[in-house]
Amino acid sequence: MTLAVAELYVFILAGFVGYQVITRVPPLLHTPLMSATNMISAISLVGSIVVAGSDRGTLSTVLGTVAVTCATINFVGGYIITDRMLKMFAGGKKS
Amino acid sequence: MSPEALDGRTAFISIAYLGASIAFILGLRGLTRPETARGGMQLAALGMIGAIAGTLVNHDIVSYGWIFVGLALGTLLGWPLGMRVAMTQMPQRIAISHLFGALAATLVGIAEYTHHVWGGHELGRFTALALGFEVLFGALTVSGSFMAFGKLHEILPGRGITFRGQNAVNLTIFVSAIGLLGYVVFAPTTSWAFFAMAGLAFLAGFMMVLPIGGADMPVVVSLLNSYAGLAAAATGFALGNAVLIICGALDGASGLLLSVLMSKAMNRSFSNVLFGAFGSAKPALAAGAKGEMKEVTLEDAALALRYAKNVVVVPGYGLAVAQAQKIVGELAALLEGHGNEVRYAIHPVAGRMPGHMNVLLAEANIGYEKMIEMEDINDRFADVDVAIVIGANDVVNPAAQRDPSSPIYGMPVLKVELARRIIVLKRGKGTGFAGIENDLFTEERTSLLFGDAKATLQRLLTELKTL
Repeated sequence: MTLAVAELYVFILAGFVGYQVITRVPPLLHTPLMSATNMISAISLVGSIVVAGSDRGTLSTVLGTVAVTCATINFVGGYIITDRMLKMFAGGKKS
Repeated sequence: MSPEALDGRTAFISIAYLGASIAFILGLRGLTRPETARGGMQLAALGMIGAIAGTLVNHDIVSYGWIFVGLALGTLLGWPLGMRVAMTQMPQRIAISHLFGALAATLVGIAEYTHHVWGGHELGRFTALALGFEVLFGALTVSGSFMAFGKLHEILPGRGITFRGQNAVNLTIFVSAIGLLGYVVFAPTTSWAFFAMAGLAFLAGFMMVLPIGGADMPVVVSLLNSYAGLAAAATGFALGNAVLIICGALDGASGLLLSVLMSKAMNRSFSNVLFGAFGSAKPALAAGAKGEMKEVTLEDAALALRYAKNVVVVPGYGLAVAQAQKIVGELAALLEGHGNEVRYAIHPVAGRMPGHMNVLLAEANIGYEKMIEMEDINDRFADVDVAIVIGANDVVNPAAQRDPSSPIYGMPVLKVELARRIIVLKRGKGTGFAGIENDLFTEERTSLLFGDAKATLQRLLTELKTL
C-alpha cells in the first residue's frame, strides 16, 4: 500500500467517524460544535510551526509566522468562547 | 516514516499526534450531551497542547524566535476574540475564525510550494495536487469568510448583490481555477499557474458569497466550515501528516452535515442557496392576508399568560435583534413562580447560524431542558394554552404547509396555529424577512402586540407583576 493510499484510508475513515459522532450532537449544541471544530482546526499549527522555525528563507518564515498567529488565535479564542457557551448549558436545571 | 527513523523524538511526536487525534474525536463525542461537553473540550485542548509540544521538538526546526512570536501574538489576539464577543455576534465570530483557519492553511500551502519549487526540491504530482487543493479551498474560504463576516457584521450590505450572467461568470472563474489546478498537477513546477489558481480561488470566494442574502448565511457559514476542513485535510496529505488529515476530515464532515441540516430547515437545496440568490428575490405579492390583524391590550395579554397552564415561547431572530432574551427569562420565571409551565419552541433557523437561538436563551439563564426542537413540539401545540411568538415570522407561517403557491411552501415550520391562543409580538404590520404574507397573524385565535419586542416585553412584565 503506498503512502497516498494509506492517507486516503485515514481521511475516509476519519470522515466516517466524524459523521457518526456529529450526527449525534443535538441541535441544542450546534453553535458550540461549530466553534469547537474551529478550535480543533488550529491543529494546522503542526504544519505552520515547522514552516516558521526551519529557516527556509525570509518568505517561508514570514508566511509561517503569520500562519502560526492565525492558528493560535483560533485555538485560544475558540477554546475560550466554546467554554463560555458550554458553561451556560452545563448549569442545566435552573429557572 | 521509515522504521530506522524512529528515534526517541520521533516516537514522542507520533504519540503526541495520535493522542491529539483521539482527544479530538472524544472531545466531539462529549458534545453529544450538555453535561459532558465541557470536559470533552478540555480533553481536546489538552490534545492540542500535546500536539504543539510534539511539533516543537521536530528535527527540522532550527530557530524558535518566530514560532514564539506567532504563538504569543495569536494568544494575545485570540483572548479578546474569546472573552469579549457577545453571543449575538457568534455568527460573524465563527465566520472570522474560518478566515483565520483557512488563511493559516493557505499560507502553509504557499510556503511549502515555494520551498519545493524555488528551493530546488523535488515536487511529486501527488504532493502538487494536495498543495493545490489546500490553496484552492483555503483561498476560497478566506475571501468567502471575509464576505460572510462583512455581511453578518453589517459592514457590507446584507442583501444579496446580483447581476446578469452572474452564475456564468462565477462558473467560469471556478472552472478556470480547477483547470489551473490540473495544469499544476501535470507540470508541478509551473509556479505562475499555481499563483494564478490561488488568485482565482480568492476571487471565487468573494463572488460566491456576493449574491447570498443575510437569511441564507447559516448555510454559507456551515459550508465554509466544511471548506476550511478540506483545506486542512489537504495540508495533511501534502505534509504526510495523519493528525491534520483526521482533523480536516472531522471539520469537513461537521460543516457538511450542518449545511445539509440548514438547507433542509429552509427547504432549499445547496445549489439553490448558492446559485438561487433567494435573498434578493422580489417579494411575492401573495393574495394572503384575508383577515384583519387584531390588536390586544397589554392587560388582556398579561391575563392570558397568567392563567395559562402551559405557555410556549416561540423566539425568532427579532428577539435577538431586540436583545430581549433576558426579559423573556424574567417573564418566564415569573410565570413559573405561579406554577405555569413555560417551554421554548426552537426552529433550526431561528437564529443566524445552527443552534444560535439555544445559545442566546442559555445566556439568559434558561435551562436547556425547556428548549424543545421543532419535531418534538409540533405534535404538542394543540395542548398549548398560549403560544407567544416573539420576532418570528417565516418560521411560523402556516402557508409553508397549506399554500403550494407560497415561496416558502414545503419549508418545515412550527405549527403555532394549533395552539388554543396565540399572541404575536411584532414590530410593525409589515411582512417578514422573505417578504411573505403570514396568515397566522390574521387567524381567529391570534392577537397582536405591536412595538419593539424589548419594550413590549418590559411592559408585559410590569403588567404581570400587578396581577
